[in-house]
This record gives sequence, structure tokens and C-alpha cells, in this order.
Amino acid sequence: MTGSRGGAALRLAALVFGFAFLYLPIAVLVAYSFNFSRLVTIWGGVSPRWYSALWQDDKYRAAALTSLEIGIMAASAALVIGTCAGLAMNRFVRFRGRALFGFMLMAPLVVPEVILGLSLLLLFVAAQSLTGWPASRGILTVTIAHATFTACFVAVLVRAQLAGFDRSLEEAALDLGARPLAVLWRITLPGISPALISGWLLAFTMSLDDLVVASFVSGPSATTLPMAVYSSVRIGVTPEINALATVFLAIVGAMVALAGWLMARQERRRLAAL
Amino acid sequence: MSGIGGWLRRGLIGLPFLWLAVFFLLPLAIVAAISLTESADTIPPFRPLFGMAAAGLQSHLTLANYRELAEGCLGAYANSLGNAALATLLCLAIGYPFAFAIARAPGLWRHLLLFMVMLPFWTSFLIRVYAWIALLQPSGLVNRLLLDAGIIAAPLPLLYNAFSVELGLVYSYLPFMILPLYGSLMRLEESLVEAAADLGAPPWRVFVGVILPLTLPGIAAGMLLVFIPAVGEFVIPDLLGGPNTLMVGKLLWQEFFDNVDWPAASAIAMALVAIVTLPLLVAQRLLARAAA
Repeated sequence: MTGSRGGAALRLAALVFGFAFLYLPIAVLVAYSFNFSRLVTIWGGVSPRWYSALWQDDKYRAAALTSLEIGIMAASAALVIGTCAGLAMNRFVRFRGRALFGFMLMAPLVVPEVILGLSLLLLFVAAQSLTGWPASRGILTVTIAHATFTACFVAVLVRAQLAGFDRSLEEAALDLGARPLAVLWRITLPGISPALISGWLLAFTMSLDDLVVASFVSGPSATTLPMAVYSSVRIGVTPEINALATVFLAIVGAMVALAGWLMARQERRRLAAL
Repeated sequence: MSGIGGWLRRGLIGLPFLWLAVFFLLPLAIVAAISLTESADTIPPFRPLFGMAAAGLQSHLTLANYRELAEGCLGAYANSLGNAALATLLCLAIGYPFAFAIARAPGLWRHLLLFMVMLPFWTSFLIRVYAWIALLQPSGLVNRLLLDAGIIAAPLPLLYNAFSVELGLVYSYLPFMILPLYGSLMRLEESLVEAAADLGAPPWRVFVGVILPLTLPGIAAGMLLVFIPAVGEFVIPDLLGGPNTLMVGKLLWQEFFDNVDWPAASAIAMALVAIVTLPLLVAQRLLARAAA
């Protein structure tokens, strides 16, 4: 498998098979979203019918706005918490509770969502009966829950970028008498901005995507987009959902491409400046 | 920033530490407490662990939830562990050649291919799982193609069984396997591989003797990243599974939402925590070593 022609063919086969597996279901979904027929078995010709049905459906529009609001707030909170955590883990080699801190940062990345959802709900219920806060469950409780687990993903990205960060500029600024906070704000944070941008976007899309945690900690006042989608999907395949999924894919794809382009441009500029 | 102490240091550590202690650790302790109490027709639907009654301090401490779990729910745990373990192995079998091929692609291609692996991860999990329903159902695309080609006479039962759950798990968690594998394959010293080949080792020996041992940390990390969340998966067994494929995540969901038995759901969650704690600790050590 090292450079021989047989090896190259095997590697190509692995790529074709792997990407077919990852993308075929998505491609079929997108194709069906343009199908005129309600049934997936029948191809009734290309039609934007399900897109106009989706556009007129207030249920999904309200849910999308709720999800957007939660996503923006949760990602912003996660960015602050996760960046602090990433900086702390990278810069402070020794402090009391570092092992526990590392565990708390790692565990939410993989702990099953049902556990995160149930435990946070029980916390909110206990807090309400003891202190009266939160008065009701909804946008705020979902935002807190999302900020908690997405912050850990932000921390991973920030830490990874800090690991390859050249600290000579920081040291020079400190030697010249800059205050630590000014160094952090003017040098460190701009230097790790690619991680900050991708961290925020990752947190935002994860919040937008979450069904399980939101279902536990939300109340009747707030239905997120995945919750609305889930309640229709449970009944079976509906063409409107195919259209919604396609719109979602297009938006996320464009966002990720834009972020990639921005980061690549910044990287080129940084290299040009050096 | 190396020499900073004082309030900036305290803030950078303290804010995330406190946040995670309050919103991650404390909630787990509450789950543990509520798993030891009795359910009731009150709001919230459980008795307090300790309450004041006419007779004085009264406790509702009980192990009944765990007893019920041991008697009635072991099947769901066995299902979850089995499904997650098989999904982990299948992800490794599919992901290793995939990651290997990406790591060996020419420079610019490599970034594009890795981006294409990540892209589905950025899109809706729920929708990606749901997409399989249209493919697998009796009137779905796969059965239609097989019927039209004359390969089968009647639609195959591809949906709502162990097969579709397994497929959903492998499909959804494959990127989690590929990323750490790719990372360790990229760190692989190319000179070692070349040396082995130059000394006359056939390709399979180079792979088994050099490449495989050197990428073991990536293999282990990928396996844990797939196994731990897959054990507690809810969406996949719910949308693609049937009555015989109950997994712990769905069991917990049913106890909580359908039966409104919060203490039982808490006991299920605690048993799940117990299952994933050991792999979690191993994963933390591995990731800490990778970061160092």
C-alpha cells in the first residue's frame, strides 16, 4: 500500500466507497425535495411545490427563528467560556483542580445527550423549587444547556490553535510593558481568530442541530427547529421535511465555505505580512 | 502572558470552571440523588429524598429503581453495548482505509477531502438519520432498485430492525473515527515506512509491523469517540429501530417523557454514566497525551 499502482487503486476505491456512503442519503433527500409526487416511490417530475408549502408553514418559520435566537446566544456564550477554558488549559500548566477541569471539559464532548439533557433539566427544576429561578423553561434554559456542551468544543479548537502559536510577540509586548489584559486582547485573541471563528460557527451549528438536550430542558413556550422536525418525522417521510433539509444543507454549506474562505484569506495575509 | 498571575489568571480558570461545575457536575449529582427516590403524582413527579412529616424526619431513600432496572432493563443495556461495539468495529474497518487514502492524497486534495468528511458533520444529524428512511423503507429506493432489477421478488425488511440501527450508527459516527485516525496517520514518520519497504518488507508487513502500531493512539481515540456517544444514542434507535432494538437512550427517553417516571429515568442515566466513565477516563488520558 505504499505508492504501488495497486495501492493507489485501493486508496481510490476506499475514497469512492467512503464518500458514496456519506453523501448518497443526502443526495437522495435533496433529489426527492424536488419531486412533485407526495410518495417517495413515484417520481412525478421536478417541482418547487414542497418549497412553497414549506414557506407558507408558520410552524417551521417560528421554530427556525427560535432556534436562530438560541443558536446565536448559546454560541456567543460558548465562545467566551470555551476561549477562557482553552487559554487556561494551554497557559497554566499547574493549578488546583486542573485534572478535574480537564475532565469537565472533555466529558461533555462525548457523554450521551440523554444524560446531559436529563441532568440539566433536573438542575433547573431543583433551582426553581429552591430559588424560584428559572421561572419557566424555554429559550433561556435551552441556551444555557447548549452553551455548556458547545463551550467544550470551542475549548478544543482554541487549545489546538494555541499549541502552534508563536509566543514571541506576546513576550515582546510584555517586555515593553504592556499589561497582560492588553496583550491578550491585542495579540493573543487576534492571533487565534481562525479558531474563534470556527469555534463560534461549530457551536452555532451544534445548537441549531440539537434535538435531545433541547427536548429535555425546553418548555411549552419554545419549540426549536429540530423539535418541530422531529414531531413530523416521527410520523413518517414528509416531502416538506426534504425541502427543509435541502434549505438547511444549502445554508450550512454556504456558511462553512464562507468561513473556510475567510480563514484561508486571513492565513495568506498573515503569511504575506511575515 | 507566561508570567501573569492575579485576577486575569483567576478569571480565565474560574469562569469556565464554575460554569462547568454548576451546569455539568452538579446536575449529575442531582441525577444520582433523584435516582434514589420514589416517583409520585406531584410536580415535580418525585418525592424529596428527605421530608418532614408528622412523625419527624422521613426519608424516601430507596434502591427500588435500580432493582427494577436490573430485573427489567438488562436487555436494553445488552443491546446498546452490542450495537455500539459492533458500530465501533465497523467504523474502524471502513474509516481506516478511508483515512489512509485521505492522508496519502496530494496536498491540496487532502484539505478538500477532509473538508468533505467534515461537511456532513456540520449538517443536521436528525435529517441525516431521517434520510435513511426514504432509502430503506419497503417502498424505498433500495428495495425499488432491487425489485426492478429482478434481484429480489419481494421487498427486503431493511428498516425498523437491528440492521437499520447499525447502519445509522456507523453512518452517523464515521467522521468521529476518521478525524483522529487521519491525525495519527499524518504524524506518522514517512521515513520509517520507507525504511521498512527498502529493507524488503512486503506492503502488508509494512502495514502490520510499522503503520498499524504507530497509529494505535488514533485507533483508540477514534474507537472511544464512536463508542461512548453511540451507547446512549436516542435518535437512531428511535427513528430507524423497531420494538426489538430498544437501546438505553430510548429507554431513558420513554421513562421520562412517556411514563413520567423521573427517578427511573435517573437510575437508567446513572447506570449509563457508570458504563461510559471508564472509557471516558481512558479517552481523557489519550487526548491529553495527544495534546502534549
